Amino acid sequence: MLKSTFGKQKLIPIPGSGRGPVDKTLPDEPGLKCPSCSRRLKEKEVKEQHKLCPHCGYHFPLNVWERVEIMTDPDSFREFGAGLRSFNILDFPGYDEKLAQAIDETGLSEAFITGEATIGGYPCVLGILDARFMMGSMGSVVGEKVSRAVERAMEFNLPLIICTASGGARMQEGMLSLLQMAKTAAVLGRFHQAGLLYISIITNPTTGGVSASFASLADIILAEPGALIGFAGPRVIKQTISETLPADFQKAEFMLGHGMLDGIVERGQLKKTLELLLRLHGGVKHG
Amino acid sequence: MVKRHFDYEEKYKNLREKFQELKKLSQSMDFDLTQEFQQLEEKMEDIRGTKYHNLSPWEKVLLSRHPKRPVVKDYIEYLFEDWIELHGDRCYGDDRAIIGGIAVFEGIPLTVLGHQKGKDTNENLRNNFGMPHPEGFRKVERLIGQAEKFKRPVITFIDTPGAYPGLGAEERGQAWAIARVLMLFPQLQVPTIAIVTGEGGSGGALALSVADRLLMLSNSVFSVASAEACSSIIWKDAGRAEEMASYLRVTAQDLKELGIVDEIIPEPVGGAHQDFTALADSLKKSLELNLKELQALNREQLLKQRYRKIRGIGRFLE
Repeated sequence: MLKSTFGKQKLIPIPGSGRGPVDKTLPDEPGLKCPSCSRRLKEKEVKEQHKLCPHCGYHFPLNVWERVEIMTDPDSFREFGAGLRSFNILDFPGYDEKLAQAIDETGLSEAFITGEATIGGYPCVLGILDARFMMGSMGSVVGEKVSRAVERAMEFNLPLIICTASGGARMQEGMLSLLQMAKTAAVLGRFHQAGLLYISIITNPTTGGVSASFASLADIILAEPGALIGFAGPRVIKQTISETLPADFQKAEFMLGHGMLDGIVERGQLKKTLELLLRLHGGVKHG
Repeated sequence: MVKRHFDYEEKYKNLREKFQELKKLSQSMDFDLTQEFQQLEEKMEDIRGTKYHNLSPWEKVLLSRHPKRPVVKDYIEYLFEDWIELHGDRCYGDDRAIIGGIAVFEGIPLTVLGHQKGKDTNENLRNNFGMPHPEGFRKVERLIGQAEKFKRPVITFIDTPGAYPGLGAEERGQAWAIARVLMLFPQLQVPTIAIVTGEGGSGGALALSVADRLLMLSNSVFSVASAEACSSIIWKDAGRAEEMASYLRVTAQDLKELGIVDEIIPEPVGGAHQDFTALADSLKKSLELNLKELQALNREQLLKQRYRKIRGIGRFLE
């Protein structure tokens, strides 16, 4: 449903981040064009600003390692659960090839990474979805990794932070992927009963099975400016109803206005905001 | 061209009418054809039985959406006594796509919830074809809270193309409303049984399906998204829905094999609408049995069993 949204993505690597392969969609010319205001930008200036357009504030997509870098204390991220891998449960045509291609292009084993990290010294469990990996779709592995991250946070009494970017359930796994919504929601139910803090950070785009499960079940829900957030994809809605949709329909600002988010946080402010929230919830600094 | 209607029954009816005509005609003839007619009739029934036994996944999709298929209200009226409908989500409105209330089953008061398709176009328009808005899911949230307070088991019926994709639904937090229900069902301290009676479409169907027991009628389907939608998204071609339906494994039999469905309720030859009473009676028996089993468990066992079942869903390599 969201292919067009993802198709527009241009990714730029952060040199020296040292993790993840160089993105193949990197444009040949040294400059970049902002998809929002169409201005030509210098890669360096964009990079220095957490991959924001210096003119209009457009948030370029980040891969998981770039996200780890802007959100956590340097070298604090310790990944777990990287060994979980998807397979073609239903013998769905083309799924093996799609998985292989995604693994090859992203250097990830699946669309979701999980680990422990510190943010401003406060320890937490962190999970991040990568939209480059099959549109960040949730199949058995993503659902299992979300569940295990929640359980790890419960085991060590840590706050949980999850960043989402996803088109929804992974259709190639049929009902097994739809049921991951129920699974992650059930595990989070126990997490909340344990009295722990869960912060969800919704980034562009988050729809379908991910928005209708763990992304919206947090104590505090933040979003990046301009992020597309919703249940149904905008194309489906346009097909269903003939009326024109508001210009900012399903954008983070629209969702904030309708009471669905706690706040919109610019990428540059994200780490500081998380630090404050962790402190306000009794976070104890490491060391 | 994808077949959009399940027309087998119509063809069979035409054949049957012709057969009766011939039978009548033969009575005015001199020789006796009774035996031949009987053999022919048996053969016809045999072929029909085989046909219904071997429906393709797409044919089941069509049958699950059959305009004559019994709707949730039919089951509620047949299976329960003292049904009283309760309306509204106390926030915004009353979503007619989801029906909810209290009823008595075998002497036990239950909370009953289900998607509500219509019997005709007018009713379907009023009920939005059984496609809920957030208000519907919030009504569910309210009524299962009530069930918990008064210790009533919860029975849900699933029959929907999916949650409604529209402007108002998004404005009022469709994703939030579904997610919340998905989180609350596993925590309920009362037995829960879900029955897929027709079409189980995507998240809107899932929201009523998280239960201790999931039953499916033998011609019902349950799908991550409609075969049409999946085909259009993955293959960029909605015309290959028939093929997609077989890859997605949407039938009750496939889902039983995958360990998702606990029990299949066999439908009469020709589908639920051919003999509703027979079907509803076997559903009643199964409900009695399942409810009895669940009520024999203590609260701790019930929650543990249910959680283990939900937590274990998914297949992966490690």
